Amino acid sequence: MLLYIIKRTALGVIIVLLAVALLFCMIHLIPGDPARILLGPRATPELIAAMSARLGLDLPFPVQIGRFFMNLLRGDLGMDVITNRPVVEIVVGQLPYTLWLIFFAIFFAGLIGVPLGCYSAIHRNSLFDRISGFISVSFITTPSFVVALYALLIFAVALQWFPAVGAGDKGDLLDQAVHLVLPVISIGLAWVGYLARLVRASMLEVMEESHIRTARAFGLSERRIIYHYALKLAILPTVSVIGVGMGFLLSSALLTEIVFARPGIGKLIYDSVITRNYPVVMGSVLASTILFVVSTTMSDLINAWLDPRTRATL
Amino acid sequence: MIAVIRRVIKEPTGLFGLLLVTFIVSSALLAGIIAPYDPIALNIADRLQSPSQSHLLGTDQLGRDLFSRVLFGGRVALGVALAAIGVALVCGIVLGMLAGFGPPWLDKAILLFFDTIRSFPTVMFALAAVALVGPSLQTVIVVIIVTTIPVYGRVVRTQTLSIKSNEFIKAEQVMGAKTTRILGMHVLPNIVGPLMILASMDIPTVIALEAGLSFLGMGVKPPTPSWGSILNDGFALIRVTPWPIIAGSLPLILITLGFTFLGESLRDFIDPKLRKSF
Repeated sequence: MLLYIIKRTALGVIIVLLAVALLFCMIHLIPGDPARILLGPRATPELIAAMSARLGLDLPFPVQIGRFFMNLLRGDLGMDVITNRPVVEIVVGQLPYTLWLIFFAIFFAGLIGVPLGCYSAIHRNSLFDRISGFISVSFITTPSFVVALYALLIFAVALQWFPAVGAGDKGDLLDQAVHLVLPVISIGLAWVGYLARLVRASMLEVMEESHIRTARAFGLSERRIIYHYALKLAILPTVSVIGVGMGFLLSSALLTEIVFARPGIGKLIYDSVITRNYPVVMGSVLASTILFVVSTTMSDLINAWLDPRTRATL
Repeated sequence: MIAVIRRVIKEPTGLFGLLLVTFIVSSALLAGIIAPYDPIALNIADRLQSPSQSHLLGTDQLGRDLFSRVLFGGRVALGVALAAIGVALVCGIVLGMLAGFGPPWLDKAILLFFDTIRSFPTVMFALAAVALVGPSLQTVIVVIIVTTIPVYGRVVRTQTLSIKSNEFIKAEQVMGAKTTRILGMHVLPNIVGPLMILASMDIPTVIALEAGLSFLGMGVKPPTPSWGSILNDGFALIRVTPWPIIAGSLPLILITLGFTFLGESLRDFIDPKLRKSF
């Protein structure tokens, strides 16, 4: 297991490094001078040269990438060209908003999706099962930003039950919670459907296994068998799905943050793309990539811990 | 082919999916005939109207007929999906076969490349690309191609590996068959089926991605109609009128639902084992 942990973590680190290099090459090798685009069409050559020097764009490419990696190791992602604050500080400031949003979305999805899937599996092929199956697929296929738009339209604009914009007052927990409701539902709804189907499928599989049959033979109540023995096992696959789904979650968080004008890493990327603020684009895309790689690595490690057979595949 | 369709329409969800897909695809193809108005013709006098007999889905802030825009928007959505998935399939097949049949170092290198590409959350990666080369439909298509290649590549690689280990392939190799012959005659026919199903299940994801990027103003340029850009207009007008949002989202929801049901029943057809699980 220890060997697997080391190998898998090393692979994760290599992937992050390659991803950084790829992102860096994209920004610096694609035709078009970032300094020129940043400053707009009316910039003088002197201004462009000064900005190039400030961003380090005038140095040879190998020096640039080497310097970038060295700075990265020291936790330095450069300076925001507009506000002149360190990019790391800005990214770290926005990250918690996105993390809480994703956490509560998954929590909400689990709260509804797991019982739904469990109930569907027990009453397999019943009317309830069919309807919940259909609704689950509809939830999964509807893009999260469409759900967000409808949530905004119905509950914030028409009914005015929830606020439409922002993340709430910093000190006021209740206000923050109220601001979270619609975004969490927008991201979580697809996952309600997803978890429901996943739990249903793995529940059906688990219920066929011999230890459940043994438990039945011992005369345990059906309730105890389902909740105490079967569900515990059936929930396991959701762990790895959430880990791998992190990229998807981050993408829907980005769109949802824009619809609800919420602060967060997605809004940061979007705003910095609009203003062509390259150091911030780079830093925030990097942060979300690291987040994604960490979560897939974690889910692989958890899987390997739960199921030793998967360790051999690396 | 006919057997497949017969099998698909036997199940209510498969039939439902096929009907939805046929409905939206044909309305996009026939947009030039069905659409009552020019999708980009301005008519400020009739702006922001609710649905009526003359404007089935109402009009937007510039008085353009939303129904016509939705019909023509379907062309963008389906065109992007077909172009992107088609190219990604070809690249995925080539890279996957190379990984599966090539030397181990090449296999490792290609897998690492796939993992690296997949480590970017798609929308973030797309935004980074747009920041560099500017918003356009081409950028969206390229981003989708790059991010979907690993998905197909991995499937092709696994299939290639499993076919490669068969006795008859070894026998053919001993008899002096060229690698290209083995790949073309034995490997390719065996992976086309599963890949087609995977591709049809990817269409909704790709359409949603294009719509999402156009919604952010990073996809098609105005005045070209796209479901995402209609939603973007609707988002700006959300306190004024709900109709652009409804008009833009309706086809998006229907087509993704249709392709998902269709893809699932196709998958059941190829692999009945999966029927139980999903």
